[in-house]
Amino acid sequence: MKAIKKIYLALVFLFLYAPIAVLIFFSFNASRTRGHWGGFTLRWYRELFNDPEILRALYNTLSVALFSSFISVLIGTVAAICIFNLRSVVKNIVLHITKIPLANPDIVTGVSLMILYVFVFHFFKFGNFGYWTLLLSHIAFNVPYVIFSVLPRLQHLNSNIFEAALDLGASPSYALRKIILPEIMPAVLTGFLLAFTLSIDDFVVSFFTSGSGVNNLSILIYSMARRGINPKINALSSLMFLCVIVLLYLVNKRDIVFSKLENNQGDNENEI
Amino acid sequence: MKKVFLYSYILWMIIFIVIPIILVGYFAFTQSENGVVFFTLENFRRVFEFVYIKVLLRSINLALICTLICFLIGYPVAYIMADKNFHFSSTLLFLFLVPMWMNMLLRTYAWLTILEKNGIINSCLALLGFSKINLLYTNQTIVLGMVYNFLPFMILPIHTSLKKINYSAIEAAQDLGADSFTTFRKIIFPLSLPAVCSGITMVFMPAVTTFIVPNLLGGGKFMLIGNLIEQQFLRIADWHFGCAVSLILMAVIFFAAIIFSFVDTDDEGGNLF
Amino acid sequence: MKFRFLILLAVFILIGCSKNNDEKILNVYNYGDYVDEKILKMFTNETGIKINYDTFATSEDAYTKIKNGGTNYDVVIISDYMIERMIKENLLEPLDFSLIENYQFIHSRFKNLSFDPENKFSVSYMWGSVGILYNKTMVDNVHSWKILWDEKYKNQIFMYDSQRDSIGVALKKLGYSLNTRDIKELYEAKNELVKQKKIVQAYVGDAVKDKMIGNEGTLAISYSGDALFCQSENSDLDYVIPIEGSNLWFDCAVILKTSCHKSFANLFINFLCQPQIALMNTQYIGYSTVNSEALKKLPDEIKNNKIYWPSDEEFSRCEIFHDLGEFIRQYDIIWTEILAED
Repeated sequence: MKAIKKIYLALVFLFLYAPIAVLIFFSFNASRTRGHWGGFTLRWYRELFNDPEILRALYNTLSVALFSSFISVLIGTVAAICIFNLRSVVKNIVLHITKIPLANPDIVTGVSLMILYVFVFHFFKFGNFGYWTLLLSHIAFNVPYVIFSVLPRLQHLNSNIFEAALDLGASPSYALRKIILPEIMPAVLTGFLLAFTLSIDDFVVSFFTSGSGVNNLSILIYSMARRGINPKINALSSLMFLCVIVLLYLVNKRDIVFSKLENNQGDNENEI
Repeated sequence: MKKVFLYSYILWMIIFIVIPIILVGYFAFTQSENGVVFFTLENFRRVFEFVYIKVLLRSINLALICTLICFLIGYPVAYIMADKNFHFSSTLLFLFLVPMWMNMLLRTYAWLTILEKNGIINSCLALLGFSKINLLYTNQTIVLGMVYNFLPFMILPIHTSLKKINYSAIEAAQDLGADSFTTFRKIIFPLSLPAVCSGITMVFMPAVTTFIVPNLLGGGKFMLIGNLIEQQFLRIADWHFGCAVSLILMAVIFFAAIIFSFVDTDDEGGNLF
Repeated sequence: MKFRFLILLAVFILIGCSKNNDEKILNVYNYGDYVDEKILKMFTNETGIKINYDTFATSEDAYTKIKNGGTNYDVVIISDYMIERMIKENLLEPLDFSLIENYQFIHSRFKNLSFDPENKFSVSYMWGSVGILYNKTMVDNVHSWKILWDEKYKNQIFMYDSQRDSIGVALKKLGYSLNTRDIKELYEAKNELVKQKKIVQAYVGDAVKDKMIGNEGTLAISYSGDALFCQSENSDLDYVIPIEGSNLWFDCAVILKTSCHKSFANLFINFLCQPQIALMNTQYIGYSTVNSEALKKLPDEIKNNKIYWPSDEEFSRCEIFHDLGEFIRQYDIIWTEILAED
C-alpha cells in the first residue's frame, strides 16, 4: 500500500516536472529551434548575462513581485483585521466585493485596470503608464488574496486572548502587535508567498498596465513569440528554477536544524 | 484610529474593484460611432447568437472536465500527504508551488516537445515498436494543459483542510468499529468538503477563462471564451463587445461560485491555502 | 524598524523609476527580436542618445497601447495596414526627410507604397511575402493554394493563427482580393476554411517554424523571412508564392505625433537606412532588406535566393493589406464562426 502511494505521488510529480525537465534540457541545445538537438552548449547562458533587455525584464519582474507582495501584505493584513471586527451586514458587503477580483478573469482585471488608468490620466491631465502602474495593478490583484488567507486564521483565533491582554493593561495597539500579529503570522507569510507567486506568474494584467520601457519577463516572452522564443529565456528559466530549489533546500535544512535543537532541548529538560 | 484604516481600505476597494467594474459595464452597455457614444443592448444580443453560445458552452464543458480530473488526481495526493506518518509533506507541498515560479507560457510550450509527432512520447513509442499516435491539438490536449496548470489549486486547499482534521474524530470512528473506508466516507470526506469546493472553484475559474492553453496546445483550432475576449481587445479593438462578453463570463463564474457556496459551510469560503 | 526601512526602499525605487530628466533619450517600440541589438548600442555610441527599447508581439497589441495614450514612444516599427490606420487617425508625425538623407538608399520598390502614397510618414524597414512552406521529401509540385485543401495531407497542414492571413489564403484561392469588402465573397471564403478545418493540424503563429524544421508537417503558411530561416535549418524545406497571388507585407519605421524627441527619431531612422547598418540588420533578422546598397553587399547565395528576393513577376502578383476600418468586424465574426466549428 505504501509503495502504491509513493508510486502515485511520483507519477504526479513526473507530470508536473516533465515539461520543466524538457525546458532545462533544451537550454543546453546548440540549435535555436525547439525539439531539434544540435549538440551541447553553454552559449545561451553566456549570452543571457550580456542581454540588457532580458536582465532589465528580470529586474522588473522580481522587484514588482517583491514590492507588490510586500505592500499588499501590509494593506491586506490591516484590511483583514478591520473587516474581521466589522458587524455582519457591512462585513458581508465588503467581503463579497473583495471576492470579485478572485473570480474575475485575468483579462477582465487587466483591461478594467487599464481603462481606470486611462480615465484617471485624462481626468487629471497627468500621469503615464510605467513601472508604477504595473506595481499598483499587481498590488490591486494581490490584496484580496492576502485578505482571504489571513481572515480564516483570524477566525480560528481565540477572541479571549485579545481581551485578556487588554485586561492585563496592554494598549490595543500593543496587544495587536504582541498577541494578534504573531498568531496570524503564518497566514500572513502564506499570503506573501501566494502574492509573490501570482505576481511572478502573471502575464495578462501586466501586459495591459505596464508602460513604455517597462517590460517584465512574461511580456518579453510573449513579444518574442512572433519570431520564436529565444533559448536565452530557457537558460534564464533554468537558472530561476535552480535558485528556487536551492532556496527550498536551505529553508528545509534550517527547519531540520531547528527541530533537532528543539528535540535536544526537550531531552535536556527531561534529564533535569 | 481603526476607522481610518477601515475607511482607507474601503476607498481602495472602491477605486480598484468597484470603479473598474463600473467602467467595464459602461462599455458593455454602449456603442460608439464616429466618436458619439450611445446606450444600447446590442452587444448583449450579439453574445446570445448561436456561435458565441457554442463557444461559451465548449469552454464550460472543458473546464468542468478539467475540474473533475483535477479532483480525481488531486484528492488522493492531498490525502497521502496529509498522513501523519508522511514525512516530507511540507517539502512536497512546496514542490507543487515551484512550477508556478517558472513562466506559464514557457511551461505550456514545453508540452509541445513532449507530445508532438516526433516528440518524446512518440519517439519512445516508436522505439518500442508501436506506431505513432496523434496527441497534439485536440480537446484532450487542451484539458491536459489546463490540468497541468491548475492542479496545484486543487491540492493545496484540500491538503490544508485534511491536515486540520482532528485525529481523535477518526480514532473515535475506528473505536466504534468503522472500517477505514467507512471512516473516510463518513468522517474525513465530509470534513474536507468545504475545501474541495474551494478547490473546485479555484480550478474552474482560471480553466474557463484561459486563452493561452487553447492557443498553444489546442493549436488555435478551438475557440474558447478567453480567446474570444482576447480577440476583441487585442485583435480588433472592439471593447464594447469585449466588455459585454466579459460581463457574461463573470456572470457564469459567479453563478458557479454561488452553487458551490451552498455546500461550503465554512464562513469565509476562501481558505485558499 | 525593518518595516520602515523597506517602505523607504520602496519609495526610493518608485522615485528612481519615474524620474524625468533632460537626458538625450529615444523610446523605440518594435516587434520582439526584430533588430540586431548591436545596432542600438552603435547608435548610442555615435550620437550619445540613449535608447529605451521595447517590444510587442503583434501590431494590434502595439496599436492598442499607443491608441490608449499614456505611452511615450518616439519611433515605432509597425506593419503596412496599421500605418494606414494610424495615418487616418492622425497618430503619426510627418518625417523630416532633410534629416534622413540615407533615404536615397531605399530601393524604389519600397517607396510611395499604397498605404502611404506620398511617403510622408514612413520609411520601409523589412519586407516579405506570404506563401507556402513545404517539405520537398513529402510533397512536390506545389504551386497553388489548392494543395492546402488536398485530403491527402490530412493533419499535415499548418495554417496561420491570424484572421486576415488565413482568410486571405481562402480569398486568394477563390480569386478574390485580400481586401474584399464583399460579404458574399467573405462567406465563400468561410465555407472553404470550414471545409479545410478537418484536415488542418493546427492554426499556429511562430510555432510553425519549429514544426516544419522538426518535420512535423508537410505544408504550412509562412512569411518569406521565416521560410528562409527554416530552410537554413532544414534543407528539405522550400517556399513558393502560389500562382493565384498572395500578400506582400512591409514593416516600416514611423514617428508618433506624441513623440517628445522628434529630431532624434529622424536621426535614428536615418541611421537604420545606412547601408552598413541595414546589412547587419538583415543578416541578423533574416528578413529581406529594403536597402538597395545593402542588397548589393549580401553574399550571392542569399541575394540570389528566390525566397529572399522574389522576381518582379512574383512581386507584381501580390497584394498589400489595407486597413478595413470597421469592416474588420466582419472578418472577426467569420473567423469566430470557423473556430467555433467542431
